[in-house]
Amino acid sequence: MKNSQHTISLLVCNRPGALIRIALVFARRGFNIDSLVVSESKDPHYSRMNIVATGEAKTLQLMLNQLNKLIDVVHAKDYSDTDVIQKEIALIKVGCTDENRTSILQIADAFKCRNVDISDSTMTFQVTGKSSKIDAVRKMFEPYHVLEIVRTGKILMARGDEETA
Amino acid sequence: MSNTGRTAADVMIDIIHQQGVDYIFGLPGGAAIPMFDALVQSPIELVLTRHEQGAAHMADGYARASGKPGVVLVTSGPGATNTITGLLTAHMDSVPIVVICGQQTTGNLGLDTFQEADISGITFPLVKHSYLVKNPQDLPRITKEAFHIASTGRPGPVIIDLPKDVSSTIIDDDIDTSFTIPGYINDPEPNPEDIAQAAAMISRSTKPVLMLGHGAIISGAQKEIAEIVEKMQIPVVNTLLGKGIFPETHELNLGMPGMHGTAYANKALINADLIISVGARWDDRIAGNPDKFCPDALKIHIDIDPAEINKSIQVDCAIIGDARKVLDKMYSLLKPADTEKWLRQVARWKRDYPLKYKKEGKLKAQHVIEEMAQLAGPDAIITTDVGQHQMWAAQFCLTEKPNQWISSGGAGTMGFGFPSAIGAQLAHKDKTVVTVVGDGGFQMTLCELATAFNLKLPIKILLINNNYLGMVRQWQSMFYENRLSGVDLVGNPDFVRLASAYGCKGFRLKRSADVKKVLTAAMEYNDGPCIIDAEVAQQDDVFPMVPAGATLDNMLLEPPKHKLEKPEGST
Repeated sequence: MKNSQHTISLLVCNRPGALIRIALVFARRGFNIDSLVVSESKDPHYSRMNIVATGEAKTLQLMLNQLNKLIDVVHAKDYSDTDVIQKEIALIKVGCTDENRTSILQIADAFKCRNVDISDSTMTFQVTGKSSKIDAVRKMFEPYHVLEIVRTGKILMARGDEETA
Repeated sequence: MSNTGRTAADVMIDIIHQQGVDYIFGLPGGAAIPMFDALVQSPIELVLTRHEQGAAHMADGYARASGKPGVVLVTSGPGATNTITGLLTAHMDSVPIVVICGQQTTGNLGLDTFQEADISGITFPLVKHSYLVKNPQDLPRITKEAFHIASTGRPGPVIIDLPKDVSSTIIDDDIDTSFTIPGYINDPEPNPEDIAQAAAMISRSTKPVLMLGHGAIISGAQKEIAEIVEKMQIPVVNTLLGKGIFPETHELNLGMPGMHGTAYANKALINADLIISVGARWDDRIAGNPDKFCPDALKIHIDIDPAEINKSIQVDCAIIGDARKVLDKMYSLLKPADTEKWLRQVARWKRDYPLKYKKEGKLKAQHVIEEMAQLAGPDAIITTDVGQHQMWAAQFCLTEKPNQWISSGGAGTMGFGFPSAIGAQLAHKDKTVVTVVGDGGFQMTLCELATAFNLKLPIKILLINNNYLGMVRQWQSMFYENRLSGVDLVGNPDFVRLASAYGCKGFRLKRSADVKKVLTAAMEYNDGPCIIDAEVAQQDDVFPMVPAGATLDNMLLEPPKHKLEKPEGST
C-alpha cells in the first residue's frame, strides 16, 4: 500500500477534548500527522483546523467518515486535490561567516525571504508561501549551516465566494 | 435568576427522571455522594450493584430490552474505570447508556489526588461522546444533550465526568437547557436515487439474501422487513445481534451466518447474486476474509452510520439512513423477481444440513439450551454470556421478536450475560428472563447474585458448566494440537451451594434424562434467581465452524479428521 500526503480542513466545536478525539482517529488509522494548525474561526464557538497527514489513500475516506462522525466535528474535508489558497510560514536560522553571508542573502532575496534577525554568526529568515516553496528554500540553504527551522504548518482557505469546509 | 437551593446534582437527577428513566444502576463513592443524595428524593429507583462493571452491563441489558437509555452512576477513579468494559460492550453493539462518573474537585484535577482518574481521557475511543463538566450551570443542558446523543442516530454510550464541586454547587432553577449540536446528524435523509438503485437491483435479483443486523432492530423495522420478505420472497439471515427482527421460526429465515452460523445460511450467502445488509456491518465474524467475501454477489448496505459504508466490504449500493424509513420508501419501488428456484435450493440446504447433536450419552449443552428455550416460550427474553454456550444458544434459541435476544456481539464480553439479564428483567418484570452463561464468564460477575436476590428477580441462570474456557479449548484442540493452556477451570465452586449462600435456589443437572424435569422445576421457581448447574460434556466443540479469516466455503460441519492450519484471522 502506498502512502501519500493529504491536506484536511476541519471545522470543529471549540471544546476541550476535541483535538484529542481528532488526533485519536488519525493514530488509530495509522496516519502520521505532519502538521497541525488550530485557531479560532470567525465565530469563537468554532475552531478551524488544518491538518497535513501521511497515510494510505484508501484509508483516507474511511478516516474522514470517522472524523465527521465525531460530535465535535462540524465537517471534515480533504483538500489535497482542490485549488485553494495555501500558505505556510517558516523561520530558518542559518549559520554564516563573513565569506558566505552575501551568497546566503542572494538566495534569501531570490525567494523573497525576510531577514528577521541577524548576528555576527547567524541570519534568520522568515519565508512565506506554499509548503513546496519552503521546502525549496530549505534545500537551497542546506549546503550552508542550517541551525534551526520551525514551520507553522499549512493553512488553507477556499478561493472566491466558496466557504472553506 | 433565582434558585431554590438545589444543587446541580439535584437538577440533573430531575432531568434524568424527565427522560423516562425508572432505574439507575450504580455504586457510590466519595465523589458521587451529591448524586446519590439527590436520589433520596427522586422517584428513580437505585439498583445498588456489587461491582461497577455489573452496573454498566445491567444498564446495557435494560436498554436493549426496553429500547430506552440505561443509566449508570459511579464514583471517580476505580469506580469509573470499572465501567470501561461495559462502555466497550455498549459502544461495539450500539447501545444507549449514559454513565455518570463522580470526579475529584476541579481544582484537584491532574494532581494525582485521591481516587482521581482521567476517565474522559481514558474513554475517548469507547464512547459516542463524553463531557467533563466544569461549569455547574452547564450541567442541566449537558444532561439533556447526553441523553439525546446516546439514544438517537446510531446509539451508543455517553459519559458525564462530574467533579464533586460542580455537582454540589447550588444552581439557578431557570437555566435555559436548549441545545444545538451542529456536528451531529441523527436522522440523515436517505437519498431517493440510492433507494431507487437498490430497489432496481433487488427487483432484478433471482438469488437474493437479506442480511438483518442490530440496526434493523434499533430502527424498529420489523413490519417493513416482513412486508418486503413477503412481497419479494427473499430468504433471510440475521446476525447474532439481529436475532428476532424477523422470526427465526419462519420458513424463509436461515438463522445466523458466519463463523458458527448455520450451514444453510452460509451456503445461501456463498451462492447469492445479491446480499442486502440492513443495519449489519459485515462484521469479521461473518465476512471472514473481507477481500474474498462472496465476490460474485452484488452488495447493498443500508446503514444510519456513514462511517460503516465500505469500511470492511466494498458495496455496490449504499443507502445512508434509518433502516425503517429506507425500507418503507423502497417497498413501492420493488417489483417481485422470480426467486422460486432459489427458494427451493435454499430449502434443500436447510433440509440437508440441519444443526444437530446427539441427545444420548453425556449431557449436551445444545440439548439443555434447546429444551430451556422451548420451556421458556416465544415471549421470554434470553441473554447470554460469551463463548461456546453463546453460539449454541444462538443456534438453538429461535428468536421470534425483537429485543428478546441480548448478547455481547462486537466486544464479546465475558461476564455480560447475568448482569444484562438483571437489566432486562427490570425492564420487563412480567416476562420470563433466562440467561445462558458458561462457568468461565459467570464467575466474572456472579457477585451480582446479591443484587438479583435483593430485587427478588426470578432470573433463570442456565449455567453450561464444562469446567473449561471452552471456546479457547476448542481452538487449542483444533489448531494447536490440543496443547491446552490456561483453559482448565480447576477449582470451580459448587454452584448449587454457591446459589444457596446468596439465598438463591440451585438446581443440579447431570443426566440427559433429567433435562425436562429439572428445567421445568427451575421455570416454576419464581421467588428469586435460580442457578441450573448443567454439568455438560467437557470436550464438545461448536459446529459448524469457519476458521477465522477463512471464506465461508471453508466451513467445517463436524470435527475435522486431519490437522488444520492455524487460522489467518486475528481471533
